[in-house]
Amino acid sequence: MNVPTMANMMAAGETPEVLFWVGCAGSFDQRAQKITKAFVTILDKVGVKYAILGKEEMCTGDPARRAGNEFMFQMMAYQNIQILNGYEIKKIVTACPHCFNTLKNEYPALGGSYEVIHHATFLQQLIDEGKIKMKDGVEFKGKKITYHDSCYLGRANDIYEAPRKVLEAMDAALVEMKKCRSNGLCCGAGGAQMFKEEEKGTTRINIERSDEAIETGASIIAAACPFCNTMLTDGVKNREKENEVAVLDIAEIVAMSLG
Amino acid sequence: MHYLLQLLFLLVSGYAIWLFSKNILRIRKNILLGKPEALNDQPGKRWKNMLLLALGQKKMFRNPTVAVLHLVVYAGFIIINIEMLEIMLDGILGTHRLFEKPLGKLYPLLINAFEVLALLVLLVCVVFLIRRNVLKLKRFISHDLDGWPRSDANYILITEIILMGLFLKMNAAETAMSSYHGESYLVSGYIVPIYQHMFSDVQLVWIEKTCWWLHILGIYAFLNYLPYSKHLHILLAFPNAYYARLKPVGEMHNMEQVQQEVKYMMQPELAPTGESAPMKFGAKDVMDLSWKNLMDAYSCTECGRCSAACPAHQTGKLLSPRKIMMDTRDRLEEVGKNIEKNGSFIEDGKQLINDYVSVEELRACTTCNACVQECPVSISPLDIIVELRRSLIMEDSNAPQEWNAMFSNIENNFAPWKLSPDDRDAWTREG
Repeated sequence: MNVPTMANMMAAGETPEVLFWVGCAGSFDQRAQKITKAFVTILDKVGVKYAILGKEEMCTGDPARRAGNEFMFQMMAYQNIQILNGYEIKKIVTACPHCFNTLKNEYPALGGSYEVIHHATFLQQLIDEGKIKMKDGVEFKGKKITYHDSCYLGRANDIYEAPRKVLEAMDAALVEMKKCRSNGLCCGAGGAQMFKEEEKGTTRINIERSDEAIETGASIIAAACPFCNTMLTDGVKNREKENEVAVLDIAEIVAMSLG
Repeated sequence: MHYLLQLLFLLVSGYAIWLFSKNILRIRKNILLGKPEALNDQPGKRWKNMLLLALGQKKMFRNPTVAVLHLVVYAGFIIINIEMLEIMLDGILGTHRLFEKPLGKLYPLLINAFEVLALLVLLVCVVFLIRRNVLKLKRFISHDLDGWPRSDANYILITEIILMGLFLKMNAAETAMSSYHGESYLVSGYIVPIYQHMFSDVQLVWIEKTCWWLHILGIYAFLNYLPYSKHLHILLAFPNAYYARLKPVGEMHNMEQVQQEVKYMMQPELAPTGESAPMKFGAKDVMDLSWKNLMDAYSCTECGRCSAACPAHQTGKLLSPRKIMMDTRDRLEEVGKNIEKNGSFIEDGKQLINDYVSVEELRACTTCNACVQECPVSISPLDIIVELRRSLIMEDSNAPQEWNAMFSNIENNFAPWKLSPDDRDAWTREG
């Protein structure tokens, strides 16, 4: 894949329209890499002039901060803001709600103010502007899809409609779980839980949530967060439903429908 | 006799109000033990929050049936208390139904409205008692409420039923007397024939007077019960909505001290010379929390909507956001008493972490904000959880092994996993 980096762009004297913040999951996690590639495919297809930071990108510090390690968070934030301000970045798009929340809501107080947009909203805008063209024999027409709200997109940032509108544009039959939108149940990964074993309980959070999603009878669980994706995929596997139910990111769904 | 009763009324009223004010000031003092936090910006938004969330009970309507029931009790209670004005004036002046003459035809209309509301309040309170004690809704049978908190809820409901009953009986006794020529009232009218059958006029006068006195004494008792009860929310919901944080809920409170420290570490030339004051990170005890966290604790109605929505709680983990709020209030009361007794806080070998809230509870939080979203009175249990977590990590270096690994990965590889930063863009080189 030919993915432009900020360093290369600068060297060529160019500025991108938008910086694609890939995030740690999108960069390193094998499953999330597919989401990253799907999103890049869309950007290329639509002809958005973008760039990534590449090796210069670092963890935003979100899991460290939420675990309670403010020092680690501030160190990461300081370094990221130095880089972002150094490149005079104005607009950032990211496929991770955790990166999105930190960049959008927490960096301004530390001297890093940018227009930050989550890929759900970004994709919705591209669709609204008619820039995304679908295939004729539409891939997802009438398919039952249920959308899982990411906490950091929904409750934290009030983005409930954009991802749903993207799915509706795919002509999919959207079915809601009983707990959706602001009532949505967490996947279990937030607050740095992704990086440790769960506490003792009667069940795991991701299994509880996957069960709710499976109950809808949908053949696809759509997510807009790489961590939700991992948690729900594990939950579906745990119920041995991986052949009937796929967990996909909205970017993957759009990329598959591209004409 | 008249003057004696008037004097007695004044004394009782004065004492009740004095005692209530004293307790409210005590609570205010306890709340101000918290750290300062400026929450005065954007007054327009704050007034709007207070109108919508406290007065309008917007969040309650996430469950419309319960919201309507709650609204009946709330509106009924407030509107019926307009009648209190007449009761107070009658008590002070030694008059009887002072407003009856000047209001003319409007008066029976008002009393009828109050009576209908009183009956509705009474019925809803019965429904609420049934929900708690017969239907045993999950959030009401939780262990969080074992002991006093469970009785507290029942006491309030029973008191409301008694108060409404007294109001209706008082009206019934009066209109049952042979000296009364007007029409009986909408609800108490049903009791009138029974009273006329059972009691003489002299007895009815006594019933009327007794109900009047018990009603007002009951209200004073209720008023002074509030500061010890979860029912304090009827007052604190208002300031708590006004002072609610206006930032997006996903934004964690920034620790400027740490921000500065990191800046000096990265740019040592900016660092001030000389010793800096030792820092304390996060919260171990209630005094380390913000005053808003402490007002949150006093505003909590222990309804348990937060815990019912909490992913950790739903899946059987120890964490219950409601318990976090109850623990904070309990500890704050304890600290307040300690200060009252000793003049200033004397170390009692206890703190909020460990003695009230366990590490296991704190670790289970996914910071998903469901508890914050649910709370009808603008409480953030998450904020307290995060402050306690900060202290665990930064003061005590108390972290699970996996988190320590995550921290060191972020520090060394700039990602939470043990993967080389050189491979961050490796995906671009694959197909």
